Amino acid sequence: MANFSVPENQLKELLPAQTMATRVPQYQCDRTVRPAPPRYRNEISKYIIRRSDQCIRCGKCAAICPQQVHIRKPGYEYFAEGRYHACIGPSCENTDNYCVAKCPQGALEITENPMIEALGDYRWPSDMILATWKMAESGDVPPAEYGYEYEYGDSGGGFDKLRLKFPKTPAVVLGLDEIDTSLELNRRDDGRPRIKIDVPWYGGGMSFGSVSNTTQLAKARAAVAWNTFTCTGEGGYMERLRPYDDHVITQVATGLFGVREETIQRVPIVEFKYAQGAKPGLGGHLLGDKNTISVSRMREAVKGISLFSPFPFHSVYSIEDHMKHIDWIKHINRRALVSTKVSTPTDVDMVAVGSYYAGTHIIHIDGGYGGTGAAPDIAKKNIAMPIEYAIPKVHGFLEAEGVRDGITLIASGGIRNPYDVAKAIALGADGVVIGTAELIALGCVRCTRCESGRGCPRSIATTDAELAPQMDLDWATQRVVNLYNAWRKELVCILGKLGLRSVKELRGRTDLLLHMDYTSGKEQS
Amino acid sequence: MSKKYHIETSPVPPRCARVGKYGIVDWREDCARCHNCVKKACVYDRHRQELEYIRNLNEVDALFFDCMGCFSCVQECTKGLLSLSRNPVYERMGNTYWTPDIIHTTWLQAESAKIPVSGAGYRGRFSGPGFDSMWTDMSEIVRPTRDGIHGREYISTSVDIGRKPAFLTFDVGESSTTMGTIVDNPMPLIIDMMPSEYSLPTLEPAILAAAKNTELIALIDARQWPQLCETAMPYLKHIAFYLENGAALIEPEILKQTRLVEISDGNDVVKRIADIKNIHPQIVVAVRVELTSHGIERAIKLGQMDIEVIHLVADLNGNEIGTDTPRFLKDMVRHIHNALIEKGHRDEVTLIAGGGIALAEHMAKGIICGADLVSINLPLLVGLECHLCKRCEPGMSCPAKLDNVETDYCVGRMTNLIAAWHGQLTEVMGAMGMREIRRLRGEVGRAMFYEDLEEQIFGKLFGSRKPA
Repeated sequence: MANFSVPENQLKELLPAQTMATRVPQYQCDRTVRPAPPRYRNEISKYIIRRSDQCIRCGKCAAICPQQVHIRKPGYEYFAEGRYHACIGPSCENTDNYCVAKCPQGALEITENPMIEALGDYRWPSDMILATWKMAESGDVPPAEYGYEYEYGDSGGGFDKLRLKFPKTPAVVLGLDEIDTSLELNRRDDGRPRIKIDVPWYGGGMSFGSVSNTTQLAKARAAVAWNTFTCTGEGGYMERLRPYDDHVITQVATGLFGVREETIQRVPIVEFKYAQGAKPGLGGHLLGDKNTISVSRMREAVKGISLFSPFPFHSVYSIEDHMKHIDWIKHINRRALVSTKVSTPTDVDMVAVGSYYAGTHIIHIDGGYGGTGAAPDIAKKNIAMPIEYAIPKVHGFLEAEGVRDGITLIASGGIRNPYDVAKAIALGADGVVIGTAELIALGCVRCTRCESGRGCPRSIATTDAELAPQMDLDWATQRVVNLYNAWRKELVCILGKLGLRSVKELRGRTDLLLHMDYTSGKEQS
Repeated sequence: MSKKYHIETSPVPPRCARVGKYGIVDWREDCARCHNCVKKACVYDRHRQELEYIRNLNEVDALFFDCMGCFSCVQECTKGLLSLSRNPVYERMGNTYWTPDIIHTTWLQAESAKIPVSGAGYRGRFSGPGFDSMWTDMSEIVRPTRDGIHGREYISTSVDIGRKPAFLTFDVGESSTTMGTIVDNPMPLIIDMMPSEYSLPTLEPAILAAAKNTELIALIDARQWPQLCETAMPYLKHIAFYLENGAALIEPEILKQTRLVEISDGNDVVKRIADIKNIHPQIVVAVRVELTSHGIERAIKLGQMDIEVIHLVADLNGNEIGTDTPRFLKDMVRHIHNALIEKGHRDEVTLIAGGGIALAEHMAKGIICGADLVSINLPLLVGLECHLCKRCEPGMSCPAKLDNVETDYCVGRMTNLIAAWHGQLTEVMGAMGMREIRRLRGEVGRAMFYEDLEEQIFGKLFGSRKPA
């Protein structure tokens, strides 16, 4: 359950009590980490082991490998295809279990898998994808000996050039359980619930239509487990999400698909989506092929037609209009917090301040390189600024206006791992929203084919009747729960190494960051 | 209401096997014949299509390189025999500026005429050289300059080529301004001549037909006219002759049917313009200025003379010509644009920027940097499945078989490509809240530059940038 520190009956507003009621029993899900092995037969691995015909099938390699990479099934003489994804690679040399050295015939050789060149891109290099899979499998970041460089990508700017400055010894040595990663979402003293989430992130809006039922539900269950939130996206509020009402954000986007008073009343947070980082200035975009029967029913549209949401809200052309929107939501749901999701134009700081004065609780800025189910390529690359610039710009301006502590600043659009979370917070955000990382945890390879035909070939971003059921809900839930666990654990480690007691203390600490391209970085290194 | 600008398109399939980014490597030894890859794993049906292809080698449209890179078959193969790799043929296409990704997206646009759309976030680098170091801005709520609600069909991409009067004069309530001629171009784009290093094939007839379909203007070297005149007569309205220094003038009755002409730069430009105007007073004359180390200076000088249109041409990669540390087109155009504003002559001259315009986004960005319109050549060639391998000499093997190509195919592909660019331009203008492309010229307020953002935001936090 979300943490409501003000009892609902103390709210002073003048609306009938049932507007606040959660009407169905809520699903319970714990955050226990359980192994969630890959769902494909051949997991992609960073290393492969070559076995020459010198092999005499003595079985020593299988006997000594603690990762159980070598497989010889009982009753078989020959080895089956190994579990190479579990292999820790050349760093195993320093252990007593190095199969290459222990093989009496010298028949084994470890090399990097040439196939990983085809996996990943500048923003999500193969190591980051593989490491995210490991986190989703084990609930922990991959141990250093695997050699995954997942802390940053190869994009050559922004987060990928920022590093956290860890002191040799932290000013205070803290136990891991002393470090607080919770985040309070309501900083206005307005009598609305002071919702607190246990991790400084929540799940981004992905509509039913852009992703499958299973994906949405897995995200929702993980949100329950970690006492955080997931967001409906703009495709309407599935009935199946109702047992998760307390951890769902209803998105009100320009298409208003499935938005009703009732779906606004179900939830503790309502999000206005003005723009999306991947396609700022353009509306939502669901291509016709993905508008299947179930999606069209949900969105009250005709099957097979491409669904475009308009841009912008045609009822909002000023901050006053925006305020009217917020008042409308606050009136309909008297316990709700309001989040405003905007993109990052050059005046995003003004928009944020305006939104504060309009009464929003959360300002959510989605950077120009954000995720999407479908966007014109020209928009993805070229419109609005990357989030790394927008965070300090907005944070600084809110501070200068003296309203920084009255609003929660959430950043998204390129948060890929716990290091990005820490960097975003150090740049000035209170917390982040994640999206792509959750999908990677479910097995996404970023082939970018979410939008077309039957949709995602990996059964994640599809509503195709044959493809979507190929992913199991319990497995998917566990993968996301594990991912969250790994991120939180790593974030706690980061805070510990910095000597900070809480995520709150990290906010705006740009002195703890260095940029590899700047001279102040040189002094520090 | 006047007729809306609309380009009729229809899909034009490729003639050659597509070169995809990925390929599945499959060695069939030890294959269990389980057909998982064929029947289950590939949602795109590629494995079955490949089998069909092998059965029937007459089928030229082999798709088996057109793997989408989803890894599903690789991971589902019962025996783990498949692996995915980047296609080396793909990686070899083009050069550092005209990257394989640019070539590939151009092919798809020329085929379908559609705006490229894909899922997942941006996969590329944070920023880069050239046009990759700028972002266009967009319009959120509270934008006083916003044009208001409008659909894409209300966005005008039309530009004027020629001299516009700086102000109107009135004489007893009647306008007494004499308007010069202007050429109305429905899109901020003209088609430049193909560079000599890409000499195959003779594309001019197809280019002219595509220019007619898209209502644009194509530059044709006047020296080619004798060979072209028979086929090109119906397209004179869409031709702008290019007159090299010392080249003979086109016959007056032909020239009179065109609207724009371009001459090479030289000391006698003013006289040559006068000569042309003597024959055809209504024609608009452009001067082609190569952006060499003197190009910027020369363009600014010409802008202060009585020149109507200046066509700035960088090299094919958008770089300054013939210098060791070349400046990029966007910076040169910004410089010229700003200098002409300072000198008070900007509105008297139309600037066309060419060289290095490879994607639709470059069109918008070039205009933001100060050009009125841009010129392109190579994208049209790439649209014909060209790999930019420069194997154009007769006798060498062109991978796109362009030495023998049908005009209909060329016209269709070029028209599609221009239509896709137009669609993308309106998308990005819609996002910017711009209703008229003319208003975007030099509107750097609708753009953000990498260097500026770094300095304003990271510079404050992290000190000064290390020298590159």
